[in-house]
Amino acid sequence: MTDVTKSDLPAVSSAPRPLRIGAIPTGVWYAMPILALLVFGFLAPMVMVALYSFMPRGSFSPWGTPTLENYVDIVEQNFYISFGWSLWLALLSTALLLVVAYPLAVAIKRAAPKRAVILTVLIVAPLFVAENIRLQGWVLFLDKAGVLDGGLKAMFGVETGSLVTNVPAIVFGIVYVYLPFMLFPMILGLANVPPDVREAAADMGATRWRMFRDIELPLAAPGILIGGLLCFVISLGAFSEAKFLGKGVIVTVAQDIESAFTFGQNWPRGSALSVLVILLAGSAVFIAMRRMDLEKMLGRRG
Amino acid sequence: MRDSAIIRRLLGVYVTLVVIVLYIPMVVVGLASISRSRFFVFPIRKTSTKWYEDTFDSLQVQEAVWTSVTIAVFVAILAVVLAVFGALAYARYDWKGRKLYQKILLVPVFFPQAVLGLALQLWFNSVGIQMSWPATVFAQLVWIAPIVTLIVAIQAYGYDASVEEAARDLGATRWMVFRDITFPLLGPGIFSGFLFAVLLSWGNFPLAYFTSGADVTIPEWLYGKMIGGYTPMVPAVGFLSVLAGGLALIVGLTVRSRIARVQ
Repeated sequence: MTDVTKSDLPAVSSAPRPLRIGAIPTGVWYAMPILALLVFGFLAPMVMVALYSFMPRGSFSPWGTPTLENYVDIVEQNFYISFGWSLWLALLSTALLLVVAYPLAVAIKRAAPKRAVILTVLIVAPLFVAENIRLQGWVLFLDKAGVLDGGLKAMFGVETGSLVTNVPAIVFGIVYVYLPFMLFPMILGLANVPPDVREAAADMGATRWRMFRDIELPLAAPGILIGGLLCFVISLGAFSEAKFLGKGVIVTVAQDIESAFTFGQNWPRGSALSVLVILLAGSAVFIAMRRMDLEKMLGRRG
Repeated sequence: MRDSAIIRRLLGVYVTLVVIVLYIPMVVVGLASISRSRFFVFPIRKTSTKWYEDTFDSLQVQEAVWTSVTIAVFVAILAVVLAVFGALAYARYDWKGRKLYQKILLVPVFFPQAVLGLALQLWFNSVGIQMSWPATVFAQLVWIAPIVTLIVAIQAYGYDASVEEAARDLGATRWMVFRDITFPLLGPGIFSGFLFAVLLSWGNFPLAYFTSGADVTIPEWLYGKMIGGYTPMVPAVGFLSVLAGGLALIVGLTVRSRIARVQ
C-alpha cells in the first residue's frame, strides 16, 4: 500500500516546488495508503457480509443463488428478539450516558488546564485495559460474597446478595465501558460555548436553567449528538457486558451473530443479522456525519 | 452567579466519585489476585502469591504476552506510518474530496467492533487468508490507524506550513523537508499516536478474538478462562496486564512532556 508513495517520492524530489505529482494533488497521494486499508479492511468485508446474507442456509461460499430465506428466518425463528434487546440496551445506555457524562464534561471544560489534563488521562486510561478484565472486576465486586456484599456484611451485617445476572447490571456495564466515548465528543462540543457569551447572558439576568437551555445546549449540540450516536452505535454491538454481567439472562444480537458463525455454522444467518446491525449503525453514523464539521472540531488550537 | 461556588463544589465531588468508580474494577481485580481461596470471597481470609507464581510459570501466559506484544508493536508502527501521511492529507493539504475523506476515516471507529471482527473473519476466509496474529494486526489497524490519524492530524493543524515552503525556496529537497521539518514538527503527535496505538491494541479483545485463529492474546486468554471456569490466575494476569498498561502510559506521558518541553 505504501509502495505508491515510496516509489514516487524520490523521482520528483529534485523538483523545486513539487506541490503536485503529475496531475494528482499531494493530498490525494498521502490519503491513498489509509484509504486502501479501509477499502480492503472495511468496505470489502462489509460487501462480503452482504453477499453471504443472501446465500442459502449453511453455505460456505458467497457465490450461490441468492435467496431471502435468512431474513425470513430472522423473523420466523424469533431472532429479532436479540435484535430488539440490543436496540433497547443501546437506547437506554445512551440516554444514561448523556446524563452521566454532561456534568463531567462541564467540570473538565471549566477546570484549570493542568487539572483538565490529569482528569482526561485518568478517564482515558481505563480504555487501555481489556474490557473483559474490567467487567470481571465488576462481577467480583457485585456478585454474592463479592466486595460489596461481603464488605457490607462484615461491616454492617447487611447483605445485598448477587447484583449481577440481570438487565440493569448489563446497562451499568455498558455505561461504564463507553463513558469516555460520550465524554470526549461532549467536551469538544462544549468548547463551542464561548465563556463571554455565558457571562453576557448572566449579566443580563439569565437564570442558570435558561443559560443551559438557550445557550449552552444549542451551541454544544453537535458534540453531544456525535457522542450520543457514537455510543449508540458501539453499544449496539455489546457482547461481553451481556455475557459477564448478564451471565446469559438475555442474548444480544452480537452474541447471536457470534453463535451463528461458531456453534451454528450458519454463516448466512450470522451475515443477515450483521447486515441489520450494519444498516442501523450506518444510518446513525450518516446522521452524525451530516451534522459534523471536523475541521472546526479538531482544527481549533489553544 | 451567586451559587457558582456550590455548583463548583458539587461538580468536584461528582468528578471525584466518577473517577473512583472507574477504577473500582481494577482494584477489585488486584484484591482477587492475592486471595488464596480458589473462589473469591470478600473479605479475604488468607492471602497468597501462589496465583502470581502460577502465572509466571505458565507457558500459555508467556506465549500470550508475546503474541499481544508482537501484535501491538506491529500495529503501532504500521498505524503511525499510515497516520503520518493520512494526517497530512487530513490537515495540511487542500484537495477536492478532503471533507469526505475526513468523514470516511471515522466510519470504522463508529462501528460495533464485534461485527467488524466477524466481517473481517468472513472476508479473510473468503480470500484464503489464514486466521493468525498477522490477520489480527490487519484487523486492529482498520480500527486503530484512523484513530492515530486523527491524533496526528490535531498536531498537523497546529504547525506553520510556511516553514516548509521557506525550506523549499532555500533549495531543500522534498525528502529533506519531510525529514528535517515536517516529521519533527509532527513529533509529539506521532508519539502520542504510537502510545495510543500500543495501548489500544494491548487491551483489544473483539477484533483479536475473531481473527487470531490459534494464536492467543492476553485478553483472549482471559476470556477463555472466564468462560471455561474461573481461576484466580484470571485476576492475577488481569492485574499484571493493568500494571503493564499503566506503566507504559506513565512512561509514555513523561517522555512526551519532555519532547514537548524540548521543542
